[in-house]
Amino acid sequence: MWTWFHQLSSPPHFYRMAGRLLPWFAWPALLLIAVGTYGGLVLAPPDYQQGDAFRIIYVHVPSAWLSLFGYVAMAVAAGIGLIWRMKLAHVAANAIAPLGASFTALALATGSIWGKPMWGTWWVWDARLTSELILLFLYLGYIALNRAFDDRKQGDRASAVLALVGVVNVPIIHYSVEWWNTLHQPATITKFDSPSITGDMLWPLLVMWLGFTFYFIAVALQRARAETLQRERRSAWVGELS
Amino acid sequence: MNEFLFMGGYAAYVWSCFGLTFAVLIANVMLARHSHRKILRELETQGGKSQ
Repeated sequence: MWTWFHQLSSPPHFYRMAGRLLPWFAWPALLLIAVGTYGGLVLAPPDYQQGDAFRIIYVHVPSAWLSLFGYVAMAVAAGIGLIWRMKLAHVAANAIAPLGASFTALALATGSIWGKPMWGTWWVWDARLTSELILLFLYLGYIALNRAFDDRKQGDRASAVLALVGVVNVPIIHYSVEWWNTLHQPATITKFDSPSITGDMLWPLLVMWLGFTFYFIAVALQRARAETLQRERRSAWVGELS
Repeated sequence: MNEFLFMGGYAAYVWSCFGLTFAVLIANVMLARHSHRKILRELETQGGKSQ
């Protein structure tokens, strides 16, 4: 366990390992997203209440999932960096932040576009939407704070604290549709006891969800590789690369 | 085909959501690849100078 931890924290080892792992996430992601898009747009039947508008679920739910998954991953990495002073953990958190922010913005945008025909409004200040908007500000706050210091270590630590404090928002987003009366509909796939979606509508959603997750890991790995080189540019192993 | 594009009257909403999503997916990949290539190029010129 400790040798593994030590190896993982070695930048050259991480750089090579991430490069080798990358295609194993990138290619399945491409395939899954292609299949999921076809299944969602073509094969799934229209919803009896929402008609074809429900198809937005196939991009909205995976985006919203990534906004939360990304935040938790970023906060865990930031916490590891803070406690064990592991540089690579901060690199990982930094690699995730803009990516997570983009999916949070996407979840808000697709939700808004879905809300217009279904609820009759682009936006309401209800619990789910407001807490998701706060998530976007947490991501942006992390990015801004990380870059606000001349000393990179200080920036890493300050933004890591913000990431950890912001974790309280994650369960609030998840349970907001149960705790408060919101306009947002409750969970579709997390209630396995009484699923609110039929099989031929569900499978493209699960495929998309998996594809988006693989995509996220692949892009985060590539971003982390670039930042590793950037930070280690003066060290011997980076010199040997070129 | 036309019926598929029409999306039961929700074409503008459905297609803008999918369009936006793929724009974000492609942009993230391009940004990541661009920053990786950029630093590799910088390292190459750096290495060239020191030799």
